[in-house]
Amino acid sequence: MSAAEWRNAMNAGSGRLAMGKVLVLPPQEKTESWTRKNPIRARHVLVLGFLLAFPMYATPFLTYQIGAQSLALGLIALSLTFLGGYGGMVSLAQMTVAGVAGYMLAVFGASGEAALSLGWSWWIAVPIAIVIATLVGTAIGWLSVRTEGIYTIMITLAVGVAFYYLCLQNYSVLNGFQGFQRVYAPTVLGINLREPVPFYFLVLACALGGYFLAKYILRAPFGIAMQGIRDNPRRMNALGFHVMAHRVAAYAVAGLIAAVGGVLFTWYNGLVTPGSVGTSWLINILVIAVLGGMRHPIGPFIGAIVFVLLQTFAIDLIDRERFNLVIGGVFLAIVLFSPDGLLGLWAALKSRFPSGSKFLTPRGGIR
Amino acid sequence: MATVAGPAQRELLSTGDALRLEGVSRSFGALKAVENFSFSVAAGERRAVIGANGAGKTTLFNVITGDYAATSGRVRFFGEDVTAHPPYERIRAGMRRTYQSSLLFRDLTVRDNLFLAVRGVARGRFSFLHPGRASTTRAAAEGLLERVRLTHVGDEPVAMLSHGQQRQLEIGMALAGAPRLILFDEPAAGLSPAERRELVVLLNALPKHMSFILIEHDLEIALRVVDRVTVMHNGRMLKEGTPAEIENDPEVQEIYMGQAGHA
Repeated sequence: MSAAEWRNAMNAGSGRLAMGKVLVLPPQEKTESWTRKNPIRARHVLVLGFLLAFPMYATPFLTYQIGAQSLALGLIALSLTFLGGYGGMVSLAQMTVAGVAGYMLAVFGASGEAALSLGWSWWIAVPIAIVIATLVGTAIGWLSVRTEGIYTIMITLAVGVAFYYLCLQNYSVLNGFQGFQRVYAPTVLGINLREPVPFYFLVLACALGGYFLAKYILRAPFGIAMQGIRDNPRRMNALGFHVMAHRVAAYAVAGLIAAVGGVLFTWYNGLVTPGSVGTSWLINILVIAVLGGMRHPIGPFIGAIVFVLLQTFAIDLIDRERFNLVIGGVFLAIVLFSPDGLLGLWAALKSRFPSGSKFLTPRGGIR
Repeated sequence: MATVAGPAQRELLSTGDALRLEGVSRSFGALKAVENFSFSVAAGERRAVIGANGAGKTTLFNVITGDYAATSGRVRFFGEDVTAHPPYERIRAGMRRTYQSSLLFRDLTVRDNLFLAVRGVARGRFSFLHPGRASTTRAAAEGLLERVRLTHVGDEPVAMLSHGQQRQLEIGMALAGAPRLILFDEPAAGLSPAERRELVVLLNALPKHMSFILIEHDLEIALRVVDRVTVMHNGRMLKEGTPAEIENDPEVQEIYMGQAGHA
């Protein structure tokens, strides 16, 4: 369109001509819309089919160590994507929330430390653990929403480190350095959830639940308000939104997701110790979320798969003491080439091959 | 936040002032951006605030909406002292504003922007449930879309709109809910002549009970749509009067219009 055409269109007062020619652009997945249609596509069916069929073909080792672990870690990282990618609040304390859930599960439920654990049934201990961890997540949010950017990272890191030392030094409730061993998944309706395949399906069900919950909330008024607050908190205030309250509520939702992930990760490990909530794990969750990409709720799960694969098999490529170098190198390479993580790489590849014009459909809105 | 009106407030309510500023000042360190500013805008009145760049007009708006706390003085909105209220409470009470440079959500669609504006002053801000097709919020957003003539770009991200359309959207967002007083901060800035004509039509078509205050450098627009004009100079009120009085005031001509003429 020439400058003259543009000027004429503008002076005519409508701008329709101008808009009609420039508006066919790729959708930006990082922002959800109130009612954007997301029809079920072949790739969705394929992914779900693969996830359901995976234990049928994979060895128990792959099912448990790779599949279940990735999904549990992905769920915890999803809570960070929800906060960071959509709310603009990068919290390093999401593993702390997951750790609180794990510790509470061990304290109220059964563990190898019979003197400290109350030994209550799983159906009492699990809800209590999730509620307490969600409350802790909300409290961390209440503490940190007054800060932004690097200060949020610092304050949540401080909370995480403080909890780590609390776990390390408190012997009367948290059993200090030893933590709690033998915190196992229960047997429900005759199904032993400790077995790789049942445990995989349990984690898969929770991961799908978390994924769809996040997707749903992000398109609900609350989620759109969250994204508005991420982009421009001052403007949201000037629209009548209580920005701080919204942010605390977002921490509560993220806390719930992290708490469920924490229970599953504790069952996966069969233990919870100060090492489970140490600084390296706080950072690992951030690495997983960034590695996958924070522009879509699927990102943390992709990041978790890559992270777990590297963590499990890097040792075959390089010396035991140096396998972290491989993880760090891959992380560095992905972030360098694509700031949006693996999802960003995928989007870049798709834009190179736009022949399937689905990618060029305009975005939806309220219809 | 509901408060019980005391005798003093009841007296103010009876006078019908939509907004009353009493000795309002706002300083940034040693700089006094607004100094001892007092004025009132009656319910239904349309007021222009004019003045040279740096006169303190936008700071005055920020103090009125609560974006900046007043260093001293009182802000009363329909008789209620809102000086200590945060911006979102003032907005929920019926105050709205537009910004000098568009502060829109550029990645969201035009509809979603209007939806946010409607939702911000309605119940259900924390709703985790998707609004149904029959939702009043949706209907209100659609109504605003038509009112500001942006229906044809409703599904487009704001980043794709022309500057003029973004200004129209700003106005649409300010009209969400049941505004009682709207503060327009240079709504005509950067608009083409045709868009300026549309703006004048839009402002004149606002319901008569709705007060508004307009900061505008284009006096052709300002003087065509307002009942009274306040002239600011160096953070203080210089003059107040009808558009005709202000236009013919030699001091205003020298300080403001002379400068505008040279611009």
